[in-house]
Amino acid sequence: MTSFTPYSALLGGSLIGLSAALLLLLKGRIAGITGIMDGLLPPYGSDALWRIIFLIGMVLGVLLFKQAGGNVSEIAIEASNITLIFAGLLVGFGANLGSGCTSGHGICGIALASKRSIVATLVFMFSAFATVFVTQHLF
Amino acid sequence: MKLLVALLCGILFGLGLAVSQMINPAKVIGFLNVIGNWDPSLAFVMGGALTVMTIARIYILRRPAPLLESQFYLPEKRTLDRRLIIGAILFGIGWGTAGFCPGPALASIGIGGEKVLIFVVSMLVGTLLFNHFFHPKKYCCDY
Repeated sequence: MTSFTPYSALLGGSLIGLSAALLLLLKGRIAGITGIMDGLLPPYGSDALWRIIFLIGMVLGVLLFKQAGGNVSEIAIEASNITLIFAGLLVGFGANLGSGCTSGHGICGIALASKRSIVATLVFMFSAFATVFVTQHLF
Repeated sequence: MKLLVALLCGILFGLGLAVSQMINPAKVIGFLNVIGNWDPSLAFVMGGALTVMTIARIYILRRPAPLLESQFYLPEKRTLDRRLIIGAILFGIGWGTAGFCPGPALASIGIGGEKVLIFVVSMLVGTLLFNHFFHPKKYCCDY
């Protein structure tokens, strides 16, 4: 059970939006983590390096938050290892097949008024709502 | 300079995920659990990010090119196809099952321990499977 935290949600969301805006303004790139994650896997083209550095920055951002006294102790991963493997495979495969995830479609794509992103976001939101309904209420 | 920008944007993104608690899978599942004890916070995260990004992109895309590169790298595909829909369905099932999507999972590597690592490795294997069965992705113009 988690409680509603509108202010930190808005502030954190704005930081994510600012990151995406700066990446577009300076590098002309979409801050979609599915695409950026591909920098971790071969073949390593000329574009892999900035992606890997972005991901390192992301890890550092969370560590900075913790260092500054931010509370990360409430993080709870309740899923079993087998469940995590199943979910991870689906997330990796599905996000690539669908050309994006929450950040790429849900934030950047919708902000760019992309029809594909709007549809993809509605579909994965509905799919996730249905999945949680099944896992939390039926089993 | 270009790499410094990538690092800075990554740090901001990670900070945003941490501040908004999106790196906490329980928080994400709390949002997805609409008919349970619903926590609408994630909608505010998206609202905040979308507001900033939508206003920014209106001005940014008026420029002929970004500041440090010669062109914008935007997705070119406009039409809906089966892959998009099936991919989004599969992604949603995985996201709802674990409460993790790619950004928060990768960002939590530094604090998350073994379970995060298991999820991240599985996610990369899922990506490799996709690359194996379908065409390997072009770097340019994907989300």
